[in-house]
Amino acid sequence: MAKEIIKIENLKRYFKVGDETVKALRGVSFSIYEGEFVTIMGTSGSGKSTLLNTLGCLDTPTSGEYYLDGIAVKGMGKNERARIRNRKIGFIFQNYNLLPKTTALENVELPLLYNSSVSAKERTERAERCLREVGLGERIYHKSNQMSGGQQQRVAIARALVNNPVIILADEATGNLDTRTSFSILTLFQRLHREGKTIIFVTHNPELALYSSRNIMLRDGRIVSDEYNNEIKSAEEVYRNLPVDTEQ
Amino acid sequence: MNISSLSKIAIKALGNNKMRCFLTMLGVIIGVGAVIAMLAIGQGSKNSIKAQISEMGSNMIMIMPGAERRGGVRQSSDDMQTLKPADYDAIVNQATTIANITPMVSSSGQWVNGNNNYPSQAQGVNTQFLDIRQRKVSEGEMFTEADVKSAAKVCVLGKTLVDNLFPDGTDPLGKVVRFGSIPLTVIGVLDEKGYNTMGQDQDDLALVPYTTVMKRMLAVDYIQGLQASAIDENKTEETINEITEILRANHKLRPEQEDNFTIRSMQELAEMISSTSSMMTVLLAAVAGISLLVGGIGIMNIMIVSVTERTREIGLRMSIGATGRDIMTQFLIEAIIISVTGGVLGIILGGLATWLIKIFANWPVQIDPSSVVLSFAVCTVIGVIFGFYPAAKASNLDPIEAIRYE
Repeated sequence: MAKEIIKIENLKRYFKVGDETVKALRGVSFSIYEGEFVTIMGTSGSGKSTLLNTLGCLDTPTSGEYYLDGIAVKGMGKNERARIRNRKIGFIFQNYNLLPKTTALENVELPLLYNSSVSAKERTERAERCLREVGLGERIYHKSNQMSGGQQQRVAIARALVNNPVIILADEATGNLDTRTSFSILTLFQRLHREGKTIIFVTHNPELALYSSRNIMLRDGRIVSDEYNNEIKSAEEVYRNLPVDTEQ
Repeated sequence: MNISSLSKIAIKALGNNKMRCFLTMLGVIIGVGAVIAMLAIGQGSKNSIKAQISEMGSNMIMIMPGAERRGGVRQSSDDMQTLKPADYDAIVNQATTIANITPMVSSSGQWVNGNNNYPSQAQGVNTQFLDIRQRKVSEGEMFTEADVKSAAKVCVLGKTLVDNLFPDGTDPLGKVVRFGSIPLTVIGVLDEKGYNTMGQDQDDLALVPYTTVMKRMLAVDYIQGLQASAIDENKTEETINEITEILRANHKLRPEQEDNFTIRSMQELAEMISSTSSMMTVLLAAVAGISLLVGGIGIMNIMIVSVTERTREIGLRMSIGATGRDIMTQFLIEAIIISVTGGVLGIILGGLATWLIKIFANWPVQIDPSSVVLSFAVCTVIGVIFGFYPAAKASNLDPIEAIRYE
């Protein structure tokens, strides 16, 4: 059996909004194993953002247990969570969140800057390697505002890979991109999956479930389905068959 | 995360907004520049006053007739005649802490030489006057004790008088000039001194034996004052006490009676003048300090705007592992870089301004190294204090909300 990367048990998260209590998560349990490519799906209000924040150690659950790579996250302080985010998690956002007027290399180096055990030399080497991995070896010194959306998202993916995380958390990573670019990014995700990376991809687009190895559906803070996909569609094929656009 | 990478991040962030960064600095630059220049002006004028006074003789003591003057109260003429030649003799005979002493009696009038005349004074003194005032006779000679005893009709003229009475450049030595109706032989010319701090022409001076002024010009039996020099400039207080006692005994004053004379030392005068100038310096520096404070508030203002504007960046940094402390340090460093760079530029500006004042206004200025160190330290402190609130604000952001901030 593969290693258990994420284990959550009866996770609940309630928010107080005025006098009302909003129950974003009403008891969610699942485990994610090394090498899985999981899509978490749900409409807005289903609790998927709250779940992602909790899995990303940005938020703490009201009750329930969460183990990341065997470490209990519940009860951790702010600084400990910052550290675990730095060492074990790679974030990819819908709107890329690159630093403006900053080169691709510097953007990718950023997580390692907050890790004092990585030397400056190693930092640059690892960032360059990750940029090559996502196909931006030629654009290392391009600034973020000189790049297309697809390229920016690739930089963001490189940034998520640079700290060798145990899990990559993507939040609507293709949400801002056109179809063709979306599929090129999805192809990259599938390749990373084949290379053994563990990926959680949160989206509201049901079509994407066809390209992942497992799909978890959320509705009103509960899991309504959790299915493995034995016939993963190749995003690369779709990408090749799409008509060529002006974008790369 | 270490300080050096955080500094790099901070410098980069500032570099992305050069114009704003410079404008923020401007407040500090002007503030520091003003503080440096103001202190330099204050220090310079204080130094020049001190130099002038010590040139006049910092051990000088002046004795005047009459009780201490109190603003606006008119004194009777009797009061002004309390010092007699006998007092002078008593001091000469009894005082032990006095190096030199001279009576002072002056008369105003016209100096005349042929067709040339000049309105001035005849200053009646004895031979020790030169030592007390640290003056010299550059041509000819000073009159002697014998001249004083005999109330001789001789004089020693200052440069201004020589220039006015002998405009054609003839040698004044041995010539007879008139003061009023009294003919006096010029036996010496005083060295040239120019103007002092108070703008007095120190060369508009004619020395005559004091006996000559008393007997031949004014026909009085009292003297207008005494000037003395103490042996030790650090013991002028003692000297003043000594003279007070001698004069009180000589005037037969009972213990309950007030002094009918006034004694002032040059040191007192120096302290008075320099305290006025110190107050001015403090005032100028305070005004400049306020502008520095305003500059600091400018930093805080811009840093708060910057934190709001960069909320998403802060959220991102936090989500990839920056702790609140890292964020806080980064913003504090940014504020300190602005204030310290501003401080350095301000010191340069202040130095430049001081130099320009010296060149163009010809004011005595002196940059005190301690003022440079002080304003630099103040800048750093301002950076920390005014950077703290925005930095704390940034570090307290919730990463979940910050990263989705539009």
